[in-house]
Amino acid sequence: MYDGGKIIAGIIIGLALLTFPIWYTSGRAAPRPEVKLPVKEKECVEPKAYMTRKHMQLLDLWRDSTVRVAKRSYIAFNGKKYDMSLQNTCMSADCHAKKTEFCDRCHNYTGVVPYCWDCHIEPKEEKPEEKH
Amino acid sequence: MGVNRRKFLKIAGVSTLGVAAMPAADALGISPTEWLDKKLGGFTVPETLFHLFEKPAGFTPGEALTAKRWAMVVNMKQMDDEIAQACMDACHRVHNVPKIDNPRHEIKWIWHDDYEHVFPGQQHEHIDENLKKLPFLVMCNHCFNPPCCRVCPTKATFKRKKDGIVMMDMHRCIGCRFCMAACPFGARSFNWIVPWPRAGEGKFKGKEPPNPEFPTRMKGVVEKCQFCAERLAKGQIPACVEAAQEICKRKGREPALVFGDLDDPDSEVRQVLRSHYTIRRKPELGSNPNVYYIV
Repeated sequence: MYDGGKIIAGIIIGLALLTFPIWYTSGRAAPRPEVKLPVKEKECVEPKAYMTRKHMQLLDLWRDSTVRVAKRSYIAFNGKKYDMSLQNTCMSADCHAKKTEFCDRCHNYTGVVPYCWDCHIEPKEEKPEEKH
Repeated sequence: MGVNRRKFLKIAGVSTLGVAAMPAADALGISPTEWLDKKLGGFTVPETLFHLFEKPAGFTPGEALTAKRWAMVVNMKQMDDEIAQACMDACHRVHNVPKIDNPRHEIKWIWHDDYEHVFPGQQHEHIDENLKKLPFLVMCNHCFNPPCCRVCPTKATFKRKKDGIVMMDMHRCIGCRFCMAACPFGARSFNWIVPWPRAGEGKFKGKEPPNPEFPTRMKGVVEKCQFCAERLAKGQIPACVEAAQEICKRKGREPALVFGDLDDPDSEVRQVLRSHYTIRRKPELGSNPNVYYIV
């Protein structure tokens, strides 16, 4: 092999550069996002594990059911009835009243940008620096 | 091109069948296409088949107002500027319709116009002077055969099977504006600009949308009156009808707007339609509007 040493050294340097993000951050990954759960309301419309994994499919079903078939009441797993509304049920004052402390934490962490809020109105949050 | 024996027999057979079917259709008093239209509620056969596969996640709320076919009667004998303005304000406030001064960007769900523009086919130069001055309230007619729904490539606008309301699904609208070209009544508005510009987190730059319970729209979607579908689900009548009836009650008049089920012979709209002469906008186009006018 001609210039074997150079090639092997090049490969090693190349691999090192390629894997740089992995070994540079190993052992100190970004902390898992902590969402702030509602204080008053103890139960969501479905169990927590389901909501964590499948809330997007649930919301998708909700919007189709509400807009297209006009069936707006959702019977939750515990038998309670809920109005299928992101703005008025999920984000109500007793539940996820602050989008920045709930939705945004995970979505920012995973780099997800849902377009819900292009139209739907997020709950008002007091920002001390914006008061003046 | 000659007709051979085989072809002649075919034509003869089909014609016989057609002639035989005619009395059956005559017995119903309507043409077969009309009969099918009525049977399928104005939907096409593929649409009807599609409805079988619709799987809702929820149930109709108990307090909801339901009907087979919602309709509205605008009583122009009771209408005045105050009522018209109140109706428009109520609707636009409830649905977060932005007030944009530029007429090219304007969004309107309900507005008023002159007789000659609302009923162009029935206009002539010697028409009653009082009629000319009246503010004719106009909105989406929620047609039985909506041309907008036929042209929508994504089915973002569609006629709801349950109650005949022509709805908009903003999630699906791609902003092609075919529906605006198809609508003979100009009932649709396009969002040329961001209707409620947001700045930073959870703050609106200029004014805030008046109703925090109803969503706003984004740039690039078409919107229109939806017969207050979200209010009907809560057991409330449409906002404009409520506003009009309130004022009419105060003034001691008959209601200027009446809303109800056209399929129910005892409903308020049917009673009003029975006792008054009513006209509809551009009936000759065959879209079969569900908004009636007493002039």
